[in-house]
Amino acid sequence: MSVLLIAEHNNKEVRPFTLNAITAASQIDNDVHVLLIGNNCEDVAKSLSEMPAVKKVLHAEAAHYENYLAENFAPLVVKVSENYTHIVSSANTFGKNLMPRVAAHLDTSQVSDIIKVISPDTFLRPIYAGNAFATVKSNDTKKCVTIRPTSFDPCETSGGSASIEKIEPTEEFTSSKFIKREEVKSDRPELGTARVVVSGGRGMQNGENFKLITDIADKLNAAIGASRAAVDAGYISNEHQVGQTGKVVVPDLYIAVGISGAIQHLAGMKESKIIVAINKDGEAPIFSVADYGLEADLFEALPQFLEELNKLNSIQK
Amino acid sequence: MKILVAVKRVIDYNVQVRVKEDGSGVVTENVKMSSNPPDDNAIEEAVKIKEAGKATEIIAITVGEEKSQETVRKALAVGADRGILIKTEGTVEPLAVAKAIQKIVDKEKPDLVFMGKQAIDDDCNQTGQMLSALLNWPQATFASKIEIKDKVLEVTREIDEGLETIEVNVPAIVTCDLRLNEPRYASLPNIMKAKKKPLEILSASELGIDTTPRVQQIKVEEPPKRKAGIKVASVAELVSKLKNEAKVI
Repeated sequence: MSVLLIAEHNNKEVRPFTLNAITAASQIDNDVHVLLIGNNCEDVAKSLSEMPAVKKVLHAEAAHYENYLAENFAPLVVKVSENYTHIVSSANTFGKNLMPRVAAHLDTSQVSDIIKVISPDTFLRPIYAGNAFATVKSNDTKKCVTIRPTSFDPCETSGGSASIEKIEPTEEFTSSKFIKREEVKSDRPELGTARVVVSGGRGMQNGENFKLITDIADKLNAAIGASRAAVDAGYISNEHQVGQTGKVVVPDLYIAVGISGAIQHLAGMKESKIIVAINKDGEAPIFSVADYGLEADLFEALPQFLEELNKLNSIQK
Repeated sequence: MKILVAVKRVIDYNVQVRVKEDGSGVVTENVKMSSNPPDDNAIEEAVKIKEAGKATEIIAITVGEEKSQETVRKALAVGADRGILIKTEGTVEPLAVAKAIQKIVDKEKPDLVFMGKQAIDDDCNQTGQMLSALLNWPQATFASKIEIKDKVLEVTREIDEGLETIEVNVPAIVTCDLRLNEPRYASLPNIMKAKKKPLEILSASELGIDTTPRVQQIKVEEPPKRKAGIKVASVAELVSKLKNEAKVI
């Protein structure tokens, strides 16, 4: 038995969720091999080889692997998968896009978004926006699994010395073409891995008012989240959305401001360690999951919050 | 251009789902069912494309039990021309759904297949990508914008880092995000008209599709409950609690 882990990276660095996926993979079996598909990504191969949980790195290079199109990646994963019992990747937009294409080629019924490895064929996964947990057993000989990154700790990144084996690329799929990626550059921590997240909802009323949130986020070194309502209304861009169809976050502190707390939003944040809700509607469902609820007008509460933070001698980073 | 749109009947998104006491699943008796929300976006987009004169026919398809017809009828009421139900019993996994839709694609030869990016019941997010693999077609997943340029689609995708734009040649699969458009409501006259639109009923077995689950559901349970929190009276109290009690700031 051995596990093939598909690395997510940007040709320069390993993307953080790959580390969580490696941990999940090593809980399935110790023999974890990482498949790195990219273009001019030697540095990534090297960092992967230094991770103690990684036993071998398989490295394929080609110009058409530059932008991670699933149509180009899947045939190579399928080819390499012959020697493996499990194929694993993270359940973020990278793995969600790629893994089902691999699974269908292998005639395997994929297990999506697992939060726990119970045994090599049995997993725990949330369904219905996290309102139920299902224990499922895969009866396919080859298993395709995506893992929820926030449910597994990141693996160690140094001290290992796995071998790096170059492998031949597969052919280009010419009917799909990458055009551009608009990444929002930010000095803030990434939403998916931040220790503190401050999120705004429809109650923010407009995009400018998010300044009240960013001021507090600056103070707490927090990432900024949003409810779907706030993103749909155009207050903030899509990569900030927390919830069933957005990102799942598990910070030490989640502050929900002007968010009513629809089931779909709770699905993305209710595993956070400490939840704070600030909302003027005392009946809002967000209060049912909040450790600390403050029934107040956010336009008064947020400036006061900043003031109180300024009074503190020190703030954890 | 001909567009096939796949829809799914699911527990309504506003329903607080309850787990059955025997752990065999969730309660579906006497629970409001609706179309899967991002599938509404998929239908809406197809209808908009047809209204713009770029599509000639929209076929709505679903794979599921007899009652799933109502979800197809809803698609017909907002503008699909005809419907197909592939009847199945019990749980059907995305792989089997993709295989069933593939049979219809082989027969109907659509130029585009649209569907929601994920069903809000099993939260799998697989069917579109699987169908693309089976057909060896391009896949444009998590689409928040679609532009048709003759035989090429330019699709903006919502990804973790922001937005990505790709071009895919027709025929292609597009899985739709909730921000792709604003789904319309069906008017009463259109709901009446939809009742007369053709709806073909096939069964998975007559199409030669084995829908036996490969992933066995052993048990379904309630997630761990959070312990009840407290209300604080002021911002100062909140900050003090966060600092001294929760020790998170």
